[in-house]
Formats: sequence, C-alpha cells, structure tokens
Amino acid sequence: MTVGIVMLVHEALDRAEQVARHWAGHGCPVVIHVDKRVKRGPYAGFVRALADLDNVIFSSRHRCEWGTWSLVQASQSASTLMLASFPQVRHVYLASGSCLPLRPVPELIRYLDERPMTNFIESVTTQDVPWTVGGLDSERFTLRFPFSWKRHRWLFDRYVKLQRRLGVKRKIPDGIVPHMGSQWWCLTRQTLSAILEDPDRPIYDRYFSRVWIPDESYYQTLVRLYSNNIESRSLTLSKFDFQGKPHIFYDDHLQLLRRSDCFVARKIWPRAERLYRSFLTEGGQIMTGAEPNPGKIDRIFAKAVERRTRGRPGLYMQSRFPHEGWENGKTCAPYSVFEGFAELFDGFEGWLARVGGARVHGHLFAPDKAHFAGNQSVYAGALSDSAKLRDYNPKAFLTNLIWNTRGEQQCFQFGPRDRQDISWFMATDPNAQISVVTGAWAVPLYRSNRNFSDIRKEAAQLQKIESAHLDILRSGWSKARIRIWSMADFVEAPMEPLQALVDDLGIRQKPRLTEAPKLVDLSGFGQFLQNLRNQGMHPHLMGDFPVNNDPVRETDPPRPRPYVVR
Amino acid sequence: MTSETPPAAASAAADGLSDAVPIPPAEPDLWQRLRSAYRLRWKRRRLLWRALRKRRQLRPVADRTGDIRPDTILAMATLRNEMLRLPHFLDHYRRLGVGHFLFIDNASTDGTGDYLAAQPDVSLWHTDASYRLSRFGVDWLTWLAMRHAHGHWLLTLDADEILIYPHWQTRPLAALTEWLDDRGIRSFGAMMLDMYPRGRLDAQPYRPGDDPFETLNWFDSGNYMIRRQEPMGNLWIQGGARARVFFAAQPRRAPTLNKVPLVRWNRRYAYVNSTHALLPKALNRVYDQGGGEALSGLLLHSKFLNVVVEKSREEKARKQHFNNSALYDAYYDRLIENPDLWCATSTRYRGWRHLEAVGLMSRGLWS
Repeated sequence: MTVGIVMLVHEALDRAEQVARHWAGHGCPVVIHVDKRVKRGPYAGFVRALADLDNVIFSSRHRCEWGTWSLVQASQSASTLMLASFPQVRHVYLASGSCLPLRPVPELIRYLDERPMTNFIESVTTQDVPWTVGGLDSERFTLRFPFSWKRHRWLFDRYVKLQRRLGVKRKIPDGIVPHMGSQWWCLTRQTLSAILEDPDRPIYDRYFSRVWIPDESYYQTLVRLYSNNIESRSLTLSKFDFQGKPHIFYDDHLQLLRRSDCFVARKIWPRAERLYRSFLTEGGQIMTGAEPNPGKIDRIFAKAVERRTRGRPGLYMQSRFPHEGWENGKTCAPYSVFEGFAELFDGFEGWLARVGGARVHGHLFAPDKAHFAGNQSVYAGALSDSAKLRDYNPKAFLTNLIWNTRGEQQCFQFGPRDRQDISWFMATDPNAQISVVTGAWAVPLYRSNRNFSDIRKEAAQLQKIESAHLDILRSGWSKARIRIWSMADFVEAPMEPLQALVDDLGIRQKPRLTEAPKLVDLSGFGQFLQNLRNQGMHPHLMGDFPVNNDPVRETDPPRPRPYVVR
Repeated sequence: MTSETPPAAASAAADGLSDAVPIPPAEPDLWQRLRSAYRLRWKRRRLLWRALRKRRQLRPVADRTGDIRPDTILAMATLRNEMLRLPHFLDHYRRLGVGHFLFIDNASTDGTGDYLAAQPDVSLWHTDASYRLSRFGVDWLTWLAMRHAHGHWLLTLDADEILIYPHWQTRPLAALTEWLDDRGIRSFGAMMLDMYPRGRLDAQPYRPGDDPFETLNWFDSGNYMIRRQEPMGNLWIQGGARARVFFAAQPRRAPTLNKVPLVRWNRRYAYVNSTHALLPKALNRVYDQGGGEALSGLLLHSKFLNVVVEKSREEKARKQHFNNSALYDAYYDRLIENPDLWCATSTRYRGWRHLEAVGLMSRGLWS
C-alpha cells in the first residue's frame, strides 16, 4: 500500500517538477492539477518534463482563484483521478507545488501504514477557531460571497455588510456541521471515496460553492460524516500570519525545518536552493521516526506576529513610530524622577545611588547640559549631553535614554529650573515614578548670597513654573505614579517617605534604610519665607513653615538602647 | 466626548484616557486633505517635468538597458570620483541580486567612467552639468527611472551607501521584493547609519574592494531624533555621529537620515529630496503607527573612510552640496581637521541581528 500525492500547482513549475519527481521516484503516484491560468506553453513544457514517469498524471484543469470554489474543484477532479487510476493507493495526500517533503518518503509511507484507517485533517468547529482573518468565521457558512475578495474588495465588504444588516442567512444542508481547518489534508481511500461518491454530493457542492474559502471547510466538514477515525491535525507544516498570508521558508530555516520532524512543509520560496537541495537528496533527510513537532517554528512565527502587531514597547525607530496613545508603552522601562530632593539633602544623588542600586543622574533637563551620572559627556547609546540636541527633541532624548539603558533603572532630578517641555510626557507615562517635594527650589535661594530683590524675582518665577508643573501632574490625564509632599510636611518626617521611595526602586532585597541623607540646615528658612512675603510675594508651595520656630528635624530618632540580659 | 478641551500638549494624555480603546488623533479635515493631495500632485508633475527637461544633459556612454528583463532588480546612482568605493559597492549589490546598474558619471576624473563602462551589467551616462542644479542628481535619476525602471524594483543609492536588511546574507533581494509584492507593499525604508572608525578618520587605510566596515565598524546606537513630517507623511530622522559631533549646536541642520531607497517603481513616481521622501506620499509610509514594527533595513554609510578628509576639502571648494553651502562650511572645516568620531559609548558593528536588537531596524513579520 502506498500514498498518492495530489498536487495543486500554480507557479514555480520547475520546483513542482522537482518535487513530483521526488515523490514518484519513491513509488508514490502523483496526480497534478495545474492552474488554468498557467499559459499553454509552460504547461506543455511541464507535462513534457514529467513524461518519462508513468506514475505521474495530470488532471483536467480549472482556473483557480484564492478563496473560491475552484480550488475545491481542482482537488476533487484530481482526487477522483487518483482513486480511479491507482488502486494501490490507500492514503491520498493533498499538497501544493510549493510544498516540500522534509522526511524520507518511506518514513511517511510507514507512518501511514501503521495508521491505515486514520484521516489526517484539521477539522474544528467554527467556535473553536482563533485564526480566521477579517472576522468571518461562522458567517463564512451563512452569507453569500459572489464578489472576489482579491479583486473586488470594496464590493465584497459592502455586500457582507448589507447581508448583515438585512439579516439574511443561508440554510446549511441537513446533517452537516460546519468545520474548518488547514486545507492540506491526508485522507484514506475509504473516506475520500465516500465524500466523492456520495449521492448527496451535488447538494453539498452547491452549498459549498458559495461558502467563503471553501477549501478550508469542504473536506473538513464532510469528513465528519464518513469517518470517526480523524486525527484533527495536518501533516503539512503551514503557518499563516495575521494577514492570512502563508509564512515563507528560506534557506536559513534549514535547521529549523530539520528539527521540526514534520513530513511536509509549505510554503517554500522557489529560489531556496539550499532547502530543495538538502531535502530532495538522499542522505539529506534523516530517518528519525519521531512524531512531527513544529513547536519551535510556531513560537518563532508567533513572535514575528507579536513584533509586527505590538512591537517592542518604548522603541521609536524608522519603522515603528506610533501615534500618541498607541505606543503600547511610552517608554520601555520604569524610571524615577525626583523633584526637590537634591535641594533638600546634601549629597542626595550619591546617597540614592548607594542605597537604591539604580543609576542616579543629576538634572537631565538642566539648561546648561544634561547632567548624566558620573558627569559623563556622552551616555549609553552615544547620547550626547548637549542641551541643544536634547531640547531639539526632549521626548526622543528621554525615550532614547530609557531604551539605551534597559535592564537598569534610571533616576534623575527635575525641578522648576529645568526645561519643562518634557513635563506632559512624563506625567502621562505609566513608567514614570515622580516624587515631588514642592517648594524645595527655594532652599538654594535661601542659601545663596544674592541681593534679595533678585531672589524674590527668581522665587516668583520658579514658583510659577512649579505650579504649572504640579497642575500637569495633578491633571486627570496623568498616568505616572506621582507622590507630592509639601516641603513643610516632608521635612517634619522625611524617613518614612524616603523609605517608600527606595522601596519603589524595584530592587530585590528591600533594604531597611540605615543611612539617611543629610538634610540641609533650615534654621532661618521660615524667616526667609516671611521676608519673601514681606516683599509682596506669596510663597505657598512650601506649606506652613513657622516664622520663628524652625521645624523639628527628624534625623533617625534615637532609639532606646535595648536591654541586654547577660 | 468630554466638553472641556484639554490643553494642546495634553492631547497625548487625552488619547490615553482608556487603555482598551485609544482614540486616534484628529485627522485633518477632508478639505485640507484634498487640497494637500492636489498640491502634492502638482509638485510631483513639476518634478517629472523638470526631469524630462534635464534628460538632454545626459549623454549615454554604455547603454546595455536591452539586457533588462521584466523581473530584473535595478540599482541606480549618480557618481563622481568613486573609484575607491565602486569595487565593493558593485560586489555587494551583485551579491544581493541586483541585475542591472544605471549610473550617471558626473564629470569624474579618476577613471570611474572607464571602469563602469567596462562592466557587463552597467549602463552608463555621462554629464558635466551642475550637480546642484540637478537637485543633487535627482533630476537625472528621475529621468532614467522613468525611462528604464517602470514596473521594476529599483534601488536608488549613493556610492557610499551599502544596503543591509534582515537576513541579507541568506536571502537575496528577490526574496525581499517578492515578499513585499505578496503583501502589496511598494516601498521599503532603510535609515542611513553613519559608520566610523575608532581613532582619527584618516588613520585607517582602505584598499578598493575591501569591506569598508572592517574599519568603519562603530556606530551610534541610541541617539536618533524622529518626528513625522507633513505634507508628505514621511518621518524625519536626525541624530547619529554627525549630529553628536558636528551639529550639537545647530541640531536642526543635522543631516537627514531617513531614506526610502527601494521602490517598486512607476514612471509617475518622483523622489523629492534625495531619497528621503518621494511622491505619491503613500510610498513614504514605511513605518507602522499602531505600535507594531514594520520590516526595515539600514544603509550603512561609508562616508567616513580615510579619504573623507581630502574629499571634504574638495567639496567645500566646489560648493555643490546642499542648498546653502555657506552654512555647511563649518562642517567641512571640522571634517578637514580630521576628527575622531568615536566615543566611549559607541557601539561596535556585529551584524544585522545586533542592529535589530538595539532597535535600529526590524524584521517585522519577515521571520
């Protein structure tokens, strides 16, 4: 007993000839259907090229168009011819001209001999099919499709819509339950002949000839009528992408295909010389006796679809430039923004780097330059510290920095003295953790040795800038993780919020803060604010600082010495 | 929708109101779109007409265009004194499967013309006319494309641009173009990537025929600035080593890096500005806007071979580059100083998979 190959050929006749020769050479009869759209000259040449093989014959030709009944007709007439001409055939394998056998033919024959009554055909009810393209699954069987999807897409879509609106439904013939699946099957003579010779076939044919993509449902549905011995999987490895196009195999897939242990794969690029050479020569194919295992290929193609549809979050590049709101991650990783802390604590950056284990930058958006960690002039990814380059496209600067340092959390300082253009972007980025001590910008002013009128002017300006920034952070559109303390509140009990911030940095072992950063000396700060008020300004972002009583500073509160029992 | 209007800068936030169904940003209204489309249509016609007039400046030297078959992939370029780069250039593109080259020799004096005329798969034209007045050769190229490239996949290049794309070592250009054809995609984007040596530019010797990226094997991996440009809908990408070193003070003047070098050509198409953008504008949409990654390649830029120092001196004197040559004098001066473009965070070239991993190009769906 042997397996007969029904081959549907549309293009790349030279490759089809090569593969047909391979099958026939191993004693598998081949019936070839050549698309009627192939011109007479090339067809005649093709037939002539295979004339020396008496187990290769050609069936009557149909004009084939994707998604239409003609493809089923082609397989019907070729299968009928196969069953009639080659009585030794027990299984019929439907393949295309761009299919390539990956394993030795004797192995396929043996595999089928061990399962003489099994039909290998993917056959799933419409509810269970996740892969239909264009949202047509059960409607394939209930609507009419007189217009070509390829050539008259507009009419096709309109007509589908119209039928939906009118609620028209075709009646499905009695006794059949629509199933779908890969169009590449391998059926037993018994089952296939039952389908082809059924007295009710005209009814089914009539029905399916107006179903959408009937080659994925005709055999898949009818096989359920005649056989209980169905392995619902295809022996042909054939993967489709999310647009419904087949993935194509090239030379570099050689090892992958070898290891898949599948019997046949499609679609092979016709000029994949190395694949054809490797798989169609003896010795190129290794007997393994293993079950087909396309898992790795599945994963690779699933990843490709993921890349094409979702992309890498936070990446902006020449072929991925999402509309605002469609980024699937405005930046690629969490980062922390500290506002007011560096003003309030001496050596805050160094302290944070020590306890937090993250990369701590200075003011990245300072007017003079980007103050990268370690005062580097060019940071990861050759990102320049030039203020002009940064301000030319602040969003690109920040997203680049986060992308270039993926795998390491970034922290930086921000404040009203910095360029503010990036505010909206950070506030609306769920990856940003923004911690603000409001009004802390006044501390450097307070500690400076400048004329008070200048200080007052600058204070007013900074307060205005910070107010606007806070409005953004507090707006309904912000998505960042935002914490805001007024300076007065913060100074009263700094350890607790500091602990929370360090915990947020996402390091694995959450350290208990043992070392606090050194708070600057704020004695007289209340008076300084009062002086501003006396000059007619209204410093309100700091919270309530008493004029005379300097706030109680909480350094790590002295704990009572534990009793030690000797 | 809500009655209150978000501040202009908050439109991003407004879009993000619900995670499940982001609201696409407002499109310009129909009237604006029609007007813009009409203008671009006329712009394209003007460009084609310009190219038609400039055809008389071209004198055929070796016309082998009869050898072009219907499925031949074509490459074309305007050249001037490129004997140094040509052997590798031809070798690279022949290996990728370019079937025929269309070259314009713009008054070379180093034997470029004779060398090309002797190549069996090259058709060569010669001109002494002004490069600048021909829109840096684009008018001439448009004419050749109109005449010979209709219906073909066409690569429009400079002599210092080496195209690579995902799987380029194992899949010839035909694999790429057939895949694009299958999906109805007519154009393929490839950003220019400035490659530079470690050390001073003229320190590394180069022999014709060598792979230039043996020595120019460093690049900037993550400092590119992108925005979308209307009315042609192309991306405008700037950055890289040249922006970092030469244009930090004037970022706006930094060289444009986005390119669309590979197009299934139609005689009615026209490049507008080098190969950065072309018309009709749909051809510029080589990027995805919904978050996914489209397939893209890179043009490795071999400008910074040791000869660039000498050439810059020449270019500066010729004043044939850019619309406003004076503005670029400082740039040439810096190049003549023979600088070192390398920095501690430069990235070493390790092949296309690495370039994809750092996010400079993408396989998209083509696995």
